[in-house]
Parts: sequence; C-alpha cells; structure tokens
Amino acid sequence: MHISQERYADALVLALAGRIDNSTTEGLKTGLDSYVAACRSEGDRLILDFSRVEYISSVGLRVLMLAAKQSREQGGTIVVAAMQPVVREIFEISRFNLVFECFGSVREALAKLSPAGLVAYDAKRGE
Amino acid sequence: MAGLRVTFWGTRGSIPVALDSASIRDRLAKAIVAAAGRSLDTHDKARAWVDNELDFAVSHTFGGNSACIQLDGGGKEYVLCDLGSGVRVFGHHVLARHGPAHSSVYHVFMSHLHWDHIMGFPFFAPAYVPGNTIRIYGCHAELESALRRQQDAPFFPVPFHRLGATIEFQVLQPGRSYDIAGWSVTAKLQAHSGDSYGYRFVRDDKVIVYTTDSEHRLDDQVAVEGAATFFADADLVIFDAMYSLAEAVSVKEDWGHSSNVVGVELCQLAGAKHLVLFHHEPANNDERIAQVWRETVRYEEISRSGAPLRISVAYDGLEIEV
Repeated sequence: MHISQERYADALVLALAGRIDNSTTEGLKTGLDSYVAACRSEGDRLILDFSRVEYISSVGLRVLMLAAKQSREQGGTIVVAAMQPVVREIFEISRFNLVFECFGSVREALAKLSPAGLVAYDAKRGE
Repeated sequence: MAGLRVTFWGTRGSIPVALDSASIRDRLAKAIVAAAGRSLDTHDKARAWVDNELDFAVSHTFGGNSACIQLDGGGKEYVLCDLGSGVRVFGHHVLARHGPAHSSVYHVFMSHLHWDHIMGFPFFAPAYVPGNTIRIYGCHAELESALRRQQDAPFFPVPFHRLGATIEFQVLQPGRSYDIAGWSVTAKLQAHSGDSYGYRFVRDDKVIVYTTDSEHRLDDQVAVEGAATFFADADLVIFDAMYSLAEAVSVKEDWGHSSNVVGVELCQLAGAKHLVLFHHEPANNDERIAQVWRETVRYEEISRSGAPLRISVAYDGLEIEV
C-alpha cells in the first residue's frame, strides 16, 4: 500500500488510499512500521489521513490497533482524521471510534495535537 | 421432504441473564407511549400490534438462558448442542409435549465444558426419567468427568449416578465425519481457553454450523482459511459474536470469543447464506443487542462483494427454518 507523508513541525500526516483489506493489509503494516517506531512522546505525532480510504476490514483495523498500542507504549500518539462516511460507519460498528481518537479533518487533528504543526499547515495553505 | 428447523433454547454467553423489574417497567412505559392513539381494546388487537409493529427490542428480550440449541431434522430422536441453562426449558417442553411416560433418545454435542455450557444438565428433567437415553458427544477427554463432577456434593443434591435415564458418552475425533441421528457431523478445534469445538451438521444437502466460544485471529491466514472451509456454503452459521471487534483485538484479546464484524467477514468468505449472532455478552441489554444487530446488517451491506448474507440475532425461543 502506498503511503504518502507530509510533515508539519512535530506532526507527521500519513495519507492512505483505497481499500484496506486482506490484500493490502500487509503493505499497510509494513508501511506503518517505520513511522510507528519513531512515534514517541518527544517525537512525531502521527495523523492518519483517511480522506481517500474507501473501506477498511477487520484485519486492517487490527493493524491500526497494534500500531496504536505500540506507539502508546512508547509515549506517542496516533489518530485518524478525515474519514469518509462509510469508513466512519465501520469505525462505529466495530467500536474503534471508542478506542481511537478520530477527527473530522487533518486540520482539527493538528489543532489538538500540534500547535506548531497547525501553524505550518495553515501557512502552507495560505490561511 | 420436511425442512430442517433450529430452535434456540439458550442464547446468552457466560452466565444466564434475566430481565429485572426496572427493565420491564421501562419497556411497558415505552410500549404504552408507542401505542398512544391506537385502538388496542382487546388482547388480540394488542398482541397483533406487539407482534407486528412494536420495536423488536421492546417486544422481545434476547435472553436469557445460556447456550442450548436444538436441531430438528424430522427424526424421532432429539439433537442438541450444549447443555447450558436453556436445556432446562427444552426438557420441560418435551415433557409437556409427550408426558413423562414417553421414552426418548437425546443426542447432545458439546462445544466445551465451561460451566455456562453444562450448567443446565442437573435441571434437565428427562435425565431423571428411566427409559430415556441421553448420548453426550464431545472432543474433550474430560467429557464424562465434567458432567459427573458438577453434580458431586456439595455442588448439587442429586449425584449423577442417581439420574434415571441411561446416559452415555462418546468422545469424537475432530475432523472425522460421524453419522448420528440422521446427521453427518464433523467437529473442528477452535481457539478458546481449554479448547472448544465447532460442529458442522449436514442433512438433506443442508449445512448448519454451530461455532460458539471461538476466537478468530485475523492475522493467522491458515486459521482464517480453515474457518472459511468449515463454514463453506453453510445455510446457517450460529456464531459467537460476544464482543465488539475493538474489544476482541484489544483488551479482550485471547479471551476466546469473537465479534459480529468477524462473523460477517468469515461468512462472506465462506459463501454462507445466513449468520446468526449468538452467545450474547451478559453486560449487553436488549437495546444494545438490537443495536448490534442493526449495525451487523449494515456492515454486511458495506462489506458485501457477492450474494447477500442474511443476518439474524438469536433469542431464547427463536425458531429458524433451514
């Protein structure tokens, strides 16, 4: 799975795309591993931009859970932002919305996690 | 050819659950409000409205008793899965139907020997009736000793050897097919503390899978494919949906149970036709279980790539024709 990244100060926004299911989960896991390893209290805050994710299955959700658990143990933070309505439904049905912090947009996530990142984000977009 | 029927006598997981008075008063109030302005001045009218129009979670309770289901293929002998507290109700049903003088043969397939799955047997009235024969099948070597031990002092006043029925035990081998009471039956090892076993029943080209107290590790592709093969083309899959997916892969990982989401995905992978959510979490009230049912129907729509999968939720007294 292709994961594109953009840095905003101490926040790293990882943009995922497409369907996250049995055929793509291994790629997601591999792709996330190096970022998660660097996700610690004094390091990056990870924001997963789900705006282009169309679907996520149980096995994909489990990968997210493992990544969140690892980052938490390191003192870091992973959140999800900008879910499409159907993906938000899947989070609600699986109750992942209760264990994962979810934001309506990347900007909202930055506002909560990284004031410096929000400044950088707005500056890049001319706001 | 007569159809097959599955009757659910006990559907709750871990421990029986009863509606309390506060819950009954609350749902009576909901029903009265919902009935406002309607002319429900006879019992028949009121009953028809309750049956057809009142919200399911108000008019029903999901129960109830712990695991016990009956498979009816039209034969004279009875076939059950598990001996949870639901078997007490089943036993009274049989005695009411035939009277105590009638002798019957009962075949019981045990998923495992945890207490919630055996606790009904001391209260199974036909076990006290001479002339009845009860054959209990399972894959655990301790099958007989577990059933005997729960009736030893000080746990129960009537020891096992005082039961009047002829009670026999047969330990089955997983993966081997057996012809029992007109069914072809195959057991499969499942992930659960102390192991559990699912059963695939085949009769008249119909397939019913009973798979409770089973955790499915999604990262284990071999196990996933094994489950899909076991469920393959099933007409009915009775599935342990005790937890949410988030619970099952986090705080309750390795607790030996599964979720509605995984049930849908495995059934879709297997080409199964009908999924029944079973072994309900005792902490969930009727409203929560009804919500899980609605959400599971929706998840099936979202994740569907082939033929539709019907979704039901088990409750004590539910009958499903297969």
